[in-house]
Amino acid sequence: MDLFTNLALGFSIALSPYTLMLAVVGCFLGTIIGALPGLGPSNGVAILIPLTFTLGLDATSALVLMTSVYYGAMYGGRISSILLNIPGDEPALMTTLDGYPMAKKGRAGDALVLSGVASFVGAFLATVGLMLLAPLLAQIAYQFGPAEYFALYLLAFCTLGGMASNNQAKAAIASCIGLGIAMIGVDNSSGLPRLTGGNLHLYDGVDFLVAIVGLFAIAEVFFFIESHGKNTTIGVKVDKVTIPWKDIYHTRWTMLRSTVVGFIAGVLPGAGASLGSFMAYMSEKSIAGKDGGFGTGVAKGIAAPEAGNNAAAGGALVPMLTLGVPGSGTTAVLLALLMTLNITPGPTLFTDRPEVVWGLIASLLIANFVLLLMNVPMVKIFVRVLQVPAWILLPGVTMVSFVGIYSLSGSWFDLILMVGFGVLGYILRKLDIPTVPVILGILLGGNMETSLRRAMVLSDGDWVFLFSTPIAIGLWIAAVAGFVAPMYFRSVLKKPQRVTD
Amino acid sequence: MFSDRIFGLVAALLALTYIVSASQIQTSFLTDPVGPKGFPILIGIVAAICALFMVFKPDPEPEWPVARTFGALAIAVAILIGYAFALRPLGFIVPTAITAGILSYQISPRWKQAIFAGVALSVGLFIVFKFALGLGLSPFPKDFLG
Repeated sequence: MDLFTNLALGFSIALSPYTLMLAVVGCFLGTIIGALPGLGPSNGVAILIPLTFTLGLDATSALVLMTSVYYGAMYGGRISSILLNIPGDEPALMTTLDGYPMAKKGRAGDALVLSGVASFVGAFLATVGLMLLAPLLAQIAYQFGPAEYFALYLLAFCTLGGMASNNQAKAAIASCIGLGIAMIGVDNSSGLPRLTGGNLHLYDGVDFLVAIVGLFAIAEVFFFIESHGKNTTIGVKVDKVTIPWKDIYHTRWTMLRSTVVGFIAGVLPGAGASLGSFMAYMSEKSIAGKDGGFGTGVAKGIAAPEAGNNAAAGGALVPMLTLGVPGSGTTAVLLALLMTLNITPGPTLFTDRPEVVWGLIASLLIANFVLLLMNVPMVKIFVRVLQVPAWILLPGVTMVSFVGIYSLSGSWFDLILMVGFGVLGYILRKLDIPTVPVILGILLGGNMETSLRRAMVLSDGDWVFLFSTPIAIGLWIAAVAGFVAPMYFRSVLKKPQRVTD
Repeated sequence: MFSDRIFGLVAALLALTYIVSASQIQTSFLTDPVGPKGFPILIGIVAAICALFMVFKPDPEPEWPVARTFGALAIAVAILIGYAFALRPLGFIVPTAITAGILSYQISPRWKQAIFAGVALSVGLFIVFKFALGLGLSPFPKDFLG
């Protein structure tokens, strides 16, 4: 069995004391990042990337650390959802719907434990799914030529734009902003500068880390200045934490169903964890019917979105590792990490660098158990983290962002650019234009153009070549459907608003 | 309504500028069918179309903050730009304390807290960056240390 030899290789790396320590540190940091309102997973991972470089970690260690942070943040997001009614990150929004009402009934501890267990079920099974599905998808991906890759990139933009936004034109314009920025710099094939406006600083292009930290972290500071940090009062107190065995047993099928739904949503390129938790919650709600009491603080309403969200987080790693196309905002940030580590994700990653892939998968399996321990018996430690006030947290985040970007290049130009991206992020979010497609555009723009140009070289300029294989046609159809279909389902799929007291 | 329209107009103009400057890109003698201009021009066209959509089918107006908040945001941006320029010549500690303090005051306007946040963050982060992560930051202006 290939799988077992691969896993043995993975565990031989993951169980080394150093890697194990990195996984534990990553889980701890990740849970804190996820729990803090205003510091989501994409944000947190983006700020930490420059710092991992200064630590001089090798590729596997860096990847293990950051994916543990990623998984940890997905677990941590529920804590502030339940206690403060503020989602710690976007996918945790659905957890507020039943988590906060349950906490207000005096069962905050139960809600935290139950959601922790649901997170574990979702994340663990999704990691197993990743283990089984990724090598298969990598096999298929070998058949991808430039035409298929071009269609695949387009699919990622279309589904992300279609699902993540309320207005298709706005999502598309966001993708164009990102792609347009990606074109700046020296053209790879001709070696001539493009769209630099003669500015020497732009000859290397715009570093995507600068854009990510600016759009996510700096923009967040502006939002807090606008609201004066008013959303940060402590809501519900946790008295004692016991394990609600009855609720856990009662929701076992809900967790499993939600895991499947979430995993599928995660694997779709561009859909991501928010969609996973949303679909899981809505499908459980319709299964339970009107008597299910969803929205009033029932156990199933907490288990479903958390299992779905964490399963989607695992699922999103599948297209990221096998095809180099991220399934969500945070995996886009993880892709940025891979690219800066000079690892090219794609099918060849599985054959050329098996130690990276399987070491990562084994670490994720271990990380899940570590996270279960941290998030159930030790949850009170993280509850305390919520008391860090915004007036010290947000300036701290800003300073860490500045030092991180400064340590990458040592140039003031990148810092100015980062502030510029922060302003852009603020304006875009105000106008309800999603920022994740901008990131995706900057990350994938170069590859997308290269695959288009390669395809045209192969066909000698014949555009029909782009639709010449069944896989390519399928991807084009999926892309168009992913972009157009949400317009018609928007009234059905309307996201429920947060519960207000 | 108006925000979307204005943004759409600005974006359309930028897209046109982008297309024009993309069409000025030098091509080398060794070129492929698409060349270095093709994809940027394509992006510009798609962006222009979407921008026009925003002009003619705008969404409801978002909640913009009052003018005073805009002032606060402008100050924050100015402070951050100043910080970007000050970081190298003036060292880490002093600019960080000032910037973090002002940002903290803008989020929660209490002087004592802001001073505490500024000093604690600059000293604390310096220790973490310098000794735990080993970054090559200089704490004070180089001339000052001699």
